[in-house]
Amino acid sequence: MIIKTHKSIPSSEITEQSVFNQRRQIIKAMLAMGLTGSGAYSRIVDANDTKWQGISKGYQPKAPLTATPSDIVKNHTNYYEFSFNKSDSTSLAQVLPTDPWSVEITGEVEKPGVYHLEDLLSQQSLQEYIYRFRCVEAWSMVVPWVGFSLANLLKTVKPLSSARFVKFTTLFDPSHMPNQKDNNMLQWPYVEGLRIDEAMHPLTILATGMYGEALPKQNGAPLRLVVPWKYGFKSIKAIVKIELVKNPPLSSWSKSGPGEYGFYANVNPEVPHPRWSQSSERVLGAGFFTPRRKTELFNGYAEEVASLYSDMDLRHFF
Amino acid sequence: MFSRFITPYYLCFSLCLLPLLSIGMALVTDNLGADPIQTLHIRLGDWSLRLLWLTLCVTPLQTFTKWRGMAQYRKLLGLYTFFYASLHVIVYVWIDQGLAWGAIAIDIIQSAYIWFGVLAYVLIFAMAITTPKFMVKQLGKNWKKLHRSIYIASVAVIIHYYWQLKGNMAEPFFYLIILSLLLLFRVAVWFKNRKFTKMMIPTTRKIRVVKVESAVPEAQPLTGQSKAIVIEEIDTEI
Repeated sequence: MIIKTHKSIPSSEITEQSVFNQRRQIIKAMLAMGLTGSGAYSRIVDANDTKWQGISKGYQPKAPLTATPSDIVKNHTNYYEFSFNKSDSTSLAQVLPTDPWSVEITGEVEKPGVYHLEDLLSQQSLQEYIYRFRCVEAWSMVVPWVGFSLANLLKTVKPLSSARFVKFTTLFDPSHMPNQKDNNMLQWPYVEGLRIDEAMHPLTILATGMYGEALPKQNGAPLRLVVPWKYGFKSIKAIVKIELVKNPPLSSWSKSGPGEYGFYANVNPEVPHPRWSQSSERVLGAGFFTPRRKTELFNGYAEEVASLYSDMDLRHFF
Repeated sequence: MFSRFITPYYLCFSLCLLPLLSIGMALVTDNLGADPIQTLHIRLGDWSLRLLWLTLCVTPLQTFTKWRGMAQYRKLLGLYTFFYASLHVIVYVWIDQGLAWGAIAIDIIQSAYIWFGVLAYVLIFAMAITTPKFMVKQLGKNWKKLHRSIYIASVAVIIHYYWQLKGNMAEPFFYLIILSLLLLFRVAVWFKNRKFTKMMIPTTRKIRVVKVESAVPEAQPLTGQSKAIVIEEIDTEI
C-alpha cells in the first residue's frame, strides 16, 4: 500500500534557480575542496555571479573576437605576489581582502585624495571591453573586461599640466602575499607606469570585472589596469595608488631586467625579447592542432594607437 | 615465463616509461592546464633534462660503489634522454609550430635560448645513433671522443633551460647545483689522472727503499735492541 503525504514543500527548502543551475559546479567545487582540502573554489558558489550580464559595449572590435573560455582566464595568471605558477594563484589569491578598498590618487593633480572604490565606481559608467591580451611570454587570450576609461577617472581629479606620466602601485600586503613576505624575485610592491597620453587614451581602462562578473581575485580584484596594445605585465593588478608624476616612473620589471623589459612594452612582432621571439603567439583555448597566431603590431590596435609613437624608434624604446 | 624480465635492468627500463605514462594520462584526460601545448612541451623537456642528469650520475656512482657492470644503465638512461628530448622537439615543431618551417626558422633565430637547445639535441642525437655495437666498432677511438660531448650537451641544456625562464628559480637552481657537482667530479678525476700519469713518466728520481739489516753483533743478544731499521735514500732507475 502506498501512503501519499500531501505535505507541501516549504519555500525555504526550494533550491533557488541560480543555485540549481550551478549544481554541477557546486559538486565539482565540493569534490575539489574534498580533494585539495582548500576552499579554493568557494567563489564559484558565490551568489552575485551574474552582476553585469548584457552590459553596454565600451569598445567594438572591427572583426568580432571570440572570448577565451573563462576558466582558462581564471586559472592562468602571472600574479607573482602569490606564486610563480600560473594556476596556483587561483587558490592562493582567495585570502586577499578586497572589500573595503580604497585608492589614493595623488601627485600632480588639483584634487588629490584617498577615495573609496565604491565612490570611484559610482561616478563611472561600467562597460564591456573585449580585448586581446598578449603576454610577453608569447601566449594570448581574449578577455571581455568590465571597466571604465582611465581618462574619465583622471579627469575627475583634474591633472595639472606638469603631469606627464602616471605611476600605478599594487597593494603591499605581505601577510597575504607570500612572495612579498619572502621578498622573492621582484622589488615589492609592484609598480607600473604610462605616459600621460597613453593613460588618457580611450582604449586604456581600469577593469573591475570580466565575463559579466566581479573580477576574480587572481585576476587582479578589485581594480586593475588594462592596456590592450602592451604586454600583459603593464596591466597592473590590485591597484592602491595612482600617482601623476613629472618623470617616467621605473616599473618593477624594468628595474629587475632593464635590458629585457622596457618602459613602453608595446606588443611588437619585429622587436624580439632579448632571449625569445615575439613573432607569434599561442592562443589559449584554441584546439591542440590550431597553429600559432602571428603577433600583430600593437597587438592589432595599431590603427588606434600608432600615432602615439609616430616619431619614435620602437626598437630603442621597447 | 616473465620472470626473466624481473631484473633491476627491466625495472629501470619500466620506471623510465612512467613519466611518459603520466604525461599521456594528463593529455587524454585534459589535465594539462590552460596552456596544454606549453605544459606538454615543458614536461617532456624537464624529463629529458632529468634523465640526462641521471645518465651523468652513473659513472660517479660506479666509482664510489666500485660496482662494475653499470654501463648498461648508462646506455639505457642515455637512450631515454634521447627519447624524451625527441618528443620535446617533435611537440615543438609539429604541435606548437604546426610544421610552419618559416615561422620555426624565425623563432629559432630570434630566440637565443633555442640555439642551445638545438646544440644539445644535435649532440644527443649523434650519441644516440652511434649506440649500436657496429657503430662503436666502426668509430673506434673516436667513439669515446664523440660521447664525451655529453658534457657539452649538459651545459647547453642548462643554458637552454635558464634562458627561457622569467620567474621561479628554485627548481632550476637545484638542477644547476646537481650538474655542477657531476661535472666537478669529472674535473677531479681528470686532475687525479693527470697527476697519476705524471708519476708514470719514466725519469731518474729518488725513491725510498727500506733496508733491513742486522745491526747488532751476536755478542750482545740480550739487550732487546736486536734489530735496527735503516732507511736510506738511494738513486735508482725505474
